Amino acid sequence: MANGNGNRGAPLIDVDDISKHFGSVIALSGVSMKVNAGEVMCLLGDNGAGKSTLIKTLSGVHKPSAGEIRVEGRRVDFDSPRDALDAGIATVYQDLAMIPLMSITRNFFMGREPVTGFGPFRRFDVASADRVAKEEMHKIGIDVRDPGQAVGTLSGGERQCVAIARAVYFGAKVLILDEPTSALGVKQASMVLRYIAQARARNLGVIFITHNVHHAFPVGDAFTMLNRGRTLGTFRKEETTREEILEMMSGGKELADLDAELAEFARADDSPRARAQASPAAS
Amino acid sequence: MATQAARADERIAQQPWFRKAMGRPELGAVAGAILVFLFFAIAAGGTGMFSALGIVNFLEVSAQLGIIAVAACMLMIAGEFDLSIGSMIGAAGVIIAIPAVTWGWPLWLCILLAFAVACLVGYVNGLIVIRTGLPSFIVTLAGLFILRGLTIGFTRLITGRTQVSGLSPAIEADWLAPLFAGEVGYPLFKAMAGAGLIIARPDGEPLVSGIPMSIVWWLVLTAVCAWILLRTRVGNWIFASGGDPVAARNVGVPVTRVKISLFMFTACAATLYACVQVVDQGSADVLRGSLKEFEAIIAAVIGGTLLTGGYGSVIGASFGALIFGTVQMGIFYTGVNTDWFKVFLGVMLLIAVIFNNYIRRKATSSR
Repeated sequence: MANGNGNRGAPLIDVDDISKHFGSVIALSGVSMKVNAGEVMCLLGDNGAGKSTLIKTLSGVHKPSAGEIRVEGRRVDFDSPRDALDAGIATVYQDLAMIPLMSITRNFFMGREPVTGFGPFRRFDVASADRVAKEEMHKIGIDVRDPGQAVGTLSGGERQCVAIARAVYFGAKVLILDEPTSALGVKQASMVLRYIAQARARNLGVIFITHNVHHAFPVGDAFTMLNRGRTLGTFRKEETTREEILEMMSGGKELADLDAELAEFARADDSPRARAQASPAAS
Repeated sequence: MATQAARADERIAQQPWFRKAMGRPELGAVAGAILVFLFFAIAAGGTGMFSALGIVNFLEVSAQLGIIAVAACMLMIAGEFDLSIGSMIGAAGVIIAIPAVTWGWPLWLCILLAFAVACLVGYVNGLIVIRTGLPSFIVTLAGLFILRGLTIGFTRLITGRTQVSGLSPAIEADWLAPLFAGEVGYPLFKAMAGAGLIIARPDGEPLVSGIPMSIVWWLVLTAVCAWILLRTRVGNWIFASGGDPVAARNVGVPVTRVKISLFMFTACAATLYACVQVVDQGSADVLRGSLKEFEAIIAAVIGGTLLTGGYGSVIGASFGALIFGTVQMGIFYTGVNTDWFKVFLGVMLLIAVIFNNYIRRKATSSR
């Protein structure tokens, strides 16, 4: 369906030296990255590293203070999320994707309902919308018995998949997924990861934001590290290992320190008094 | 594939018909209406409540409330309240009456003016709610007092009184007025009286000569709104705006436009209510419509609409209004002290809210 057409030379999305200031707060300073079609770019970084600001800039919520964004080689300026959508950049937020009380079909087509009929009798084409929703859900391996059932009855992973399927169906070229797996169990997370791989196979560019290296590493082709509003660099999968990524993500030193501290507690466990002292710190 | 089909079948079997019916928001109101009818069929069977005249009577009460309940329900589904409905009824009444009586305007022009003012009031209500981000409950509560105060103040200033009467000549001469207070279906009722199906007066004319326009308005409004809600893009936007305005806005739903339009719609429905009353009674009173905003919200809630928005049914709201009208008139016919009506109302509301809450939990719990 949504195949990347031509222009192999330019990356699908090219973020060039983006900065974003909120008053005196510098949220982003000189962030650059490129995402190609058929590639999953994992955006990694601790809380406060600027991941959210970056994706909000890419999805048209914020305007960059400096720098530029190019989509397929053309410079773009987004005034609203709608502009970004029209340019083919679809963002799936972790919790703002779906309305639980509305049906799968109504959620799927929210804001872009197919219509039929003329003049005052133009109406929401429920029959074809139900059919498409059911088909698209089937394609991603979710067998809905009734597309009229409320989204609230779906599991968290299924909801993420509906949101992603919706973005893909409406012609997204770049998918931005904001921590789609962080609230999910192992099984559900793997359902979402499988679907990310499927989207890549359809030649979409995916920007995948996560805290979890075990989710990022299997599907990622490249990893961009953010720290305190700056990029620490982009690494191809072949150039790096899971352990290296993990170390960069969490700050290797802090993990080593934590290890040492925990070992200390384990030793202190012998004396009850020491345990009583240690437990508040351990929690 | 075979296993998948088997799984699908198994899951359908887990959803018996009554669970499906439970998923409909209007179920409670329909069941409630049936119960109320059964009750009064037994309790008030011999009193003439279910004669043609009695039926038209309680349907007319239901219809007037139904007109505003349907609009309030649409707005509630979009996640907002309008507590200024009752004051708008009073305001629209005097806006129609004063120019017609005091300045001799033709009635149709007064009615158009009332609708224009209603659109403005609704627009301002909506704009303030959207711009300030304050709960519409508070904003329109302020609107309730401001509008009522303006109505009383200006009416006294212009006419020196709080009632405007003497509209009958203007109503009789007007071409637009029959649209609000006429009757339809006279030939049918005449034929029914002739066949002895309904009571005829001694001169052969039927005692009930047609269906009042308020009932027609109510049914048409319910049908059109149900269609908009369930079968148009705008309907989907209304559900989305109430369900989660941020998510809706993110996918391009014009939430602001939807909400402001619905505030204008509730104000216009209040004006329609006022038109029906003024044209029917030939007078207007500044205190008309007091507490109607709460009755409209109660009818919508009994109809299964959630106070939090995003879920509900105008058909349910209409049934809520029907329950309301039936009980109000039923208590009158059975001769029970009408004080008890308020008790019934409160209990009914409480049951409806608890029931709705249960339904919402069912609908949003993941399996």
